[in-house]
Amino acid sequence: MDFDYTPSEQAFRNEVREFLAENLPPPKERGRGFLAGWLSKVRAKGWVGFSWPKEYGGGEGSLTEQAILKEEMALHRAPPLGTSFMGLAWVGPGIMQYGTDEQKQRFIPDILDSKVNWCTGYSEPNHGSDLAAIETKAERIGDHYVVNGQKIWTTGAPWADWIILLTRTQFDVERKHDGITCLLVPMDAPGVEVRPIENMAGERNFAEVFFTDVQVPVENRLGEEGKGWQVTISALANERSSIGEVTQMFARLDSLKALVKATRRQGRPAAEDPAVQRRIGEFEAKIAAMKYNGLRYLTKQLRGEPLSSETSVNKLHRASLEIEMADFAVELTGMAGVQLGGDDAADGGSWARSSLGWPGVVIGGGTPNIQRNIIAERILGLPKD
Amino acid sequence: MDFGFSEEQNLLREQVRRFMADELPSSTVRALALGEDPERRAALWQQAADLGWLALIVPERFGGVGLKWIDLAVVLEECGRALCPLPVLSAAQAAAAIARCGNEDQRRAWLARIASGEAVFGIGLYDEPNWIDPQGVRLAGGELLTGTKPFVQDGIPSTHLLVATRTGDALALAIVATAEVEVTAQPAVDGTKPTAKAVLDAVRPLDTLPISSADLDFLTDCGAVAVTLEAIGAAEAVLELTSEYAKTRIQFDNPIGKYQGVKHRLADMFVDIESFKSLAYYAAWAVDDAVDELPRAASLAKAYASDAFARIGIDGVGLHGAIGYTAEYDAQLYLKRSKWVRSAFGDADFHYRRIAAMG
Ligand SMILES: Cc1cc2nc3c(=O)[nH]c(=O)nc-3n(C[C@H](O)[C@H](O)[C@H](O)COP(=O)(O)OP(=O)(O)OC[C@H]3O[C@@H](n4cnc5c(N)ncnc54)[C@H](O)[C@@H]3O)c2cc1C
Repeated sequence: MDFDYTPSEQAFRNEVREFLAENLPPPKERGRGFLAGWLSKVRAKGWVGFSWPKEYGGGEGSLTEQAILKEEMALHRAPPLGTSFMGLAWVGPGIMQYGTDEQKQRFIPDILDSKVNWCTGYSEPNHGSDLAAIETKAERIGDHYVVNGQKIWTTGAPWADWIILLTRTQFDVERKHDGITCLLVPMDAPGVEVRPIENMAGERNFAEVFFTDVQVPVENRLGEEGKGWQVTISALANERSSIGEVTQMFARLDSLKALVKATRRQGRPAAEDPAVQRRIGEFEAKIAAMKYNGLRYLTKQLRGEPLSSETSVNKLHRASLEIEMADFAVELTGMAGVQLGGDDAADGGSWARSSLGWPGVVIGGGTPNIQRNIIAERILGLPKD
Repeated sequence: MDFGFSEEQNLLREQVRRFMADELPSSTVRALALGEDPERRAALWQQAADLGWLALIVPERFGGVGLKWIDLAVVLEECGRALCPLPVLSAAQAAAAIARCGNEDQRRAWLARIASGEAVFGIGLYDEPNWIDPQGVRLAGGELLTGTKPFVQDGIPSTHLLVATRTGDALALAIVATAEVEVTAQPAVDGTKPTAKAVLDAVRPLDTLPISSADLDFLTDCGAVAVTLEAIGAAEAVLELTSEYAKTRIQFDNPIGKYQGVKHRLADMFVDIESFKSLAYYAAWAVDDAVDELPRAASLAKAYASDAFARIGIDGVGLHGAIGYTAEYDAQLYLKRSKWVRSAFGDADFHYRRIAAMG
């Protein structure tokens, strides 16, 4: 057991820090042209798609270097390394693993250069948690698939250029996980229609996406026909390192502690209230547990041991922290806590906004009940329900 | 960066686990917890010593193995899994205390005897049931000690007691021969963690080690870490016992583990155990390699584990139904341990407040 980094890893950390000192002004000083410059600089460093092979424009960073990069970026509250979150998080890795050479050359550079935005068409009105039951139909006709059906909750669909789409090419299957095919579809293809949906925070980030006789060339299929489920599963598994997330959570905890210090309840400092101290301590214990869980799982990966579904542990912590920290801050600050803006809003209304923002984390990536099923069934070996 | 155990540590774990399975099945644990069969207990203690467990953290020049708390962690975790009633934890704490606070003569006098199992220590730091603070140390220090130590962990059977004393604001650890003290076993929920009351009447300490309040904190942190490490093993044992039962007990035509009221609770147990395990490993590492971080790390681990294991102890019984309530079934033994764990070296409330005070 050893928390030291090798000299070359340490040198890499220093390199990231120096880069950030030079190229990342404080948030208020980041002007209009900042983001474009930032994206091209991190790209030039090879840090976008840092885990991917150099052959395709990635950075080929080691697992530890990837963790260091994420940690430092989060520590310095840097903006994302690309504009296509999903492109970088799972579409790109999916293409890297299952794509043909042509697909890699066609799609990867644009993801790395933030030229193309991707969205994810998995969920359907009748199939959310039970994703494998999807029924959007893709029928092979000559060298095309013809797609009919509907997706929903598709984040980023209103402005995405491409969608990674789960379809069903075969309906008479014994296991619903068979007969699923993954297609890469341009959002401007004839027959694709996007209808944004407003969420409870008033944002219109996700949408219904309708497919009517949409023609998709066979060369846009990712992986084999009927094997789309494996593509999905292993692509989503890329979304597992929680190091950057933990750093963000610690930063939010610091904000929360500062808020506690600045808050009086019933005329007395909130920081002296044992109930408040306890809540803050519980948050810290969970976040610290996420950190050390993450390091234990990273160690497993570094040793080449298989990770089972342990990452669900941190997902469950993250979900409960996402809800409870905001809920606590809003309650702590009384009538100032429920204000979204204005002079009197606690922390400018950021906690109030968080209290309306948790579903992306809590529901979006598999609900807590589903995470518990995963742990119970895959790790503890309990019967499926 | 490597937050995992080495091959040697994994071998040590296997050795301890096998020993516990062979020598300390629950029938033996139960007997020893009742104070039965002292010869067997003494023989097991000697075996533990011969296997080097008591010498692990004792420096080599004092007859020890010279390893670290993170190595000891493996042993304590497996002791916890078996609910081993031998005072391995107290031996470690006594060794840590004397190595840190003793002078060269005192280290030479005691550490080798702890390592060999010859000196068996009971430990009494605080005299208030729930006041972890120099002020919770009541026994007056001096050349002769007179007074009561109400909560001596592993006081019976022991050869020596390590007790905290106070003279004004000055703190010290006194080593006394158990034979010179009137010790009486106190009935408690968890028989595998025997507590004794010690009454001292003009007892002359064999040695006195002056300590600072930082030393006292350190020993408390070591205690909190050790208790949490044992709790990992115990909690995993409950989870395993209960998961296995949930796979075989049929109600309403299905194994009860198919019902989410059962399986989700078991999943939550897993989440909690994984989490206080990670926190405890880090704290154990910090004892030797990042002692500045120890107070916070120990408090985070103990706070999390205190509440989580208490719940696990209760649900381990509850999820079994009535059979879990029977004396014969082992689930109840872990519930009892969880009660002790919760208070030993500070409950969640204490540790969360301590963290708050650290800022
Ligand atoms: C902000 C946000 C962004 C999203 N972005 C995308 C996206 O970009 N692309 C995409 O494809 N999808 C996206 N989703 C959809 C998301 O993946 C689904 O919402 C999620 O999988 C749950 O499905 P559902 O909403 O249909 O709920 P359901 O599956 O109908 O679940 C409803 C409730 O029942 C519970 N439940 C379901 N099954 C079980 C079970 N077996 N045991 C116990 N409880 C169960 C769930 O926990 C939940 O509480 C997004 C969702 C949100 C909230």
